[in-house]
Amino acid sequence: MGFFLETLIGGLMAGMLYSLVALGFVLIYKASGVFNFAQGAMVLFAALAMARFAEWIPGWLGFENQVLANILAFAVAAAVMFVVAWLIERLVLRHLVNQEGATLLMVTLGIAYLLEGIGQSLFGDNIYSIDVGMPKDPVLVLEGMFPGGLLINKEDFIAALIAAALVAALSLFFQKTATGRALRAVADDHQAAQSIGIPLARIWVIVWFVAGIAALVAGIIWGSKLGVQFSLATVALRALPVVILGGLTSVPGAIIGGLIIGVGEKLSEVYIGPLVGGGIEIWFAYMLALVFLLFRPQGLFGEKIIDRV
Amino acid sequence: MAETVSERQIGDVVLDLRNISLAFGGVNALSDISFDVREHEIRAIIGPNGAGKSSMLNVINGVYQPQQGEVVLRGQRFEKMSPGHAARAGIARTFQNIALFKGMSVLDNIMTGRNLKMKSNILQQAVWWGPAQREELAHREKVEEIIDFLEIQHIRKTPVGRLPYGLQKRVDLGRALAMEPSILLLDEPMAGMNIEEKQDMSRFILDVNDQLGTTIVLIEHDMGVVMDISDRIVVLDYGKKIGDDTPDEVRANPEVIAAYLGASH
Amino acid sequence: MIYRENGQFKTSYAADQQIFPIRQDRYAIAALLVFAFVGVPLLADEYMFRAILIPFLILGLAALGVNILVGYCGQITLGAGAFMAVGAYAAYNFLARVDGMPLLGALLLGGATAAVAGIVFGVPSLRVRGLYLAVATLAAQFFFDWAFLRIKWFTLDSSSGSVSVSNLEMFGWTINSPVEKYLFCLGLLAVFALLAKNLVRGAIGRQWMAIRDMDVAAEVIGIRPMYAKLSAFAVSSFIVGVAGALWGFVHLGSWEPAAFSVDRSFQLLFMVIIGGMGSIMGSFFGAAFIVVLPIFLNQALPWLGNLVGVSISTVGVSHSEFIIFGALIVFFLIVEPHGIARLWSTAKEKLRLWPFPH
Repeated sequence: MGFFLETLIGGLMAGMLYSLVALGFVLIYKASGVFNFAQGAMVLFAALAMARFAEWIPGWLGFENQVLANILAFAVAAAVMFVVAWLIERLVLRHLVNQEGATLLMVTLGIAYLLEGIGQSLFGDNIYSIDVGMPKDPVLVLEGMFPGGLLINKEDFIAALIAAALVAALSLFFQKTATGRALRAVADDHQAAQSIGIPLARIWVIVWFVAGIAALVAGIIWGSKLGVQFSLATVALRALPVVILGGLTSVPGAIIGGLIIGVGEKLSEVYIGPLVGGGIEIWFAYMLALVFLLFRPQGLFGEKIIDRV
Repeated sequence: MAETVSERQIGDVVLDLRNISLAFGGVNALSDISFDVREHEIRAIIGPNGAGKSSMLNVINGVYQPQQGEVVLRGQRFEKMSPGHAARAGIARTFQNIALFKGMSVLDNIMTGRNLKMKSNILQQAVWWGPAQREELAHREKVEEIIDFLEIQHIRKTPVGRLPYGLQKRVDLGRALAMEPSILLLDEPMAGMNIEEKQDMSRFILDVNDQLGTTIVLIEHDMGVVMDISDRIVVLDYGKKIGDDTPDEVRANPEVIAAYLGASH
Repeated sequence: MIYRENGQFKTSYAADQQIFPIRQDRYAIAALLVFAFVGVPLLADEYMFRAILIPFLILGLAALGVNILVGYCGQITLGAGAFMAVGAYAAYNFLARVDGMPLLGALLLGGATAAVAGIVFGVPSLRVRGLYLAVATLAAQFFFDWAFLRIKWFTLDSSSGSVSVSNLEMFGWTINSPVEKYLFCLGLLAVFALLAKNLVRGAIGRQWMAIRDMDVAAEVIGIRPMYAKLSAFAVSSFIVGVAGALWGFVHLGSWEPAAFSVDRSFQLLFMVIIGGMGSIMGSFFGAAFIVVLPIFLNQALPWLGNLVGVSISTVGVSHSEFIIFGALIVFFLIVEPHGIARLWSTAKEKLRLWPFPH
């Protein structure tokens, strides 16, 4: 029982991180109808910027305070993500208004390659570390309830808290602010939103920037756990089943989908994996999403699409 | 034009719609509508925008499934019509917002209409020489007849995306005709056309009806055309049937006049 | 003046329906075939065959398969690499397990197995499209990545996890030297290109394109979406599977699942986008471009760097490869969604009028 719960909690925490990446997908999809395959590349790009600036800034300014360096690096990395968002709107999206979803999807594959190439050219292609002072040691909890207690990684726990806070903040942003409402209007219909005076270009820059920030946070958390390296770009592929499961247009869907996939992956790996040779987490998530797709194509919380003739 | 109408033999009921109701998420598009279509006639459906005319056609050829009611085609009941069934039963249609295959040429678009009649299998087609080619040529001749009839020879190799609106409407009709349908559903075939184009289109419709004996169900906003060419007219308003009669009777129906002029009931 | 069709009147529909209705095009293609079969083997050296020509032919074949699905039928796939893998491993198993299995038989059976897999993973396309379908094809990718790595039966329990094929032989002809391998691949490519062209210009091709352009209208004229989509998946996966088997048998000789990773799938999709969606020729343009570009950059970039006094490492070159691919994808999707093939036909259009454009 203790072991099962540990696995479950581990899955939930991994799931929270998936949710964070999935959130980036959902934000952009809601506001521009673009399924952003480049979200993973954005995570890599943002994490590289963060790691490298935290290393460079103390040297440039001549101080040695790690905390200050991290804060400054975060600010600079956020600014970089803003520039990325602005360039993407300027150079790509503006030329593709009202194009088909498939074209937009393929264009983001191109953007992903661009970001990966540019990011590694600018910031280097080694493994870098991000040290934001996350505690690494595991703790035992609930020793009274289970023999031996539950072993939980503090780092995971803090990461999950941060992810949860960000998700909550973004939900509030979407529901309560004027910009958030404008975003939802744009998502429903580009042209209609334009005609009532919502500036499409600005909205897109904002939403790609917000997705960039989500990518930055995800990048910092994953990066401090595993190091910043090229494989970060593949988290997009890990988070893809999450959005399918949760529904592309739903923020709560991204969260719950992330948790389901996180838990499903861990449990399947621990309990089914050994029977078939292990390593099944990735495709298991996809198969789960696929089966789901066949019965409920719009996802758990997505909106149903009706075709008109 | 009146002569052509009188010369034709209007036959029995071929298509009978019984108590059709259709709703989208709580909004009623059609409520309890019944009417029939007789063989060889030109049957018009009119009504203001949003009256449910296109939805009616979509029910007839199975694009939409009504929540209630049934479609009876030559005595056969369909509670669930599907587009495939309708096509096999000889129902063809054109679309209000032209639904041509925009990446294909005019010729290929019309050739797709022959699809149900082409029988060679995928291996024969891969080899091409032999049965597939013979079949392709035979159907090409049929399609060329339609191209001649619609007077669009000069654009047969042009991708339809590049054609002006009026010509696209003709190609849309051509694709439907290529199916050699017994019932042809036309959704606003003359929308957005100038007077000459409308005259051409009216002539095509009458010719099809007269020479091929095709039964036609027509949605059109141009009252002059509708009154001229149709045998009977159904009037819809907000998803309800408010009239069903000959053109002259419909013209005199106070409820119809009210619906069109927006007078209060 | 030279490229002109004046005076070439068609007197029958059969003449009008040829693959190359313009006489000059027929001469050009004949010349190209003669050059490919006779000229190239005389001219190219071993490096050319191994590094450029053979990869180009095989990936061109795979891109042709992907183009049928993506370009003609409008169904996105991000799992083409997986179907190459299915083709390769199935062909390997047929060759290794069945006594006296001829090479060609193994290749075609590999393709047929990939076709079956394609149909299975194409089933979601009946319910979903676009991005959702892309996810379904990714599921295939990750599933087969895993299966060929972990299920030892597929690799005949080889301890290293890699499999190898040697002594390629067909009708007593041993395919050993680079030239022989080149000719073998070229022959298969020519045959498949012809068959594919016949399909896309015939009834089934029109069904695919109808589904791509407007699926509701296609259904209304009696096209069955299930048949059209699954047949596209089957034909596409068959060709991709044969290409996968060739990639393993002829190009690599011995291989591991990583040879058919998701990167391969993206690469094939890029070939189709850059080369031209919905064009047989485009598949080859795209394959040529993507095979040659890295080799070109490897030579050109360090040289250019030297000119301006910067030294560019191999890693730097591979990053600029990413940047250039990414930029080209974006460029083509925005400016010329029909790819190089359309640029080519526009150029021909201009040539027809030259030198009197008005």
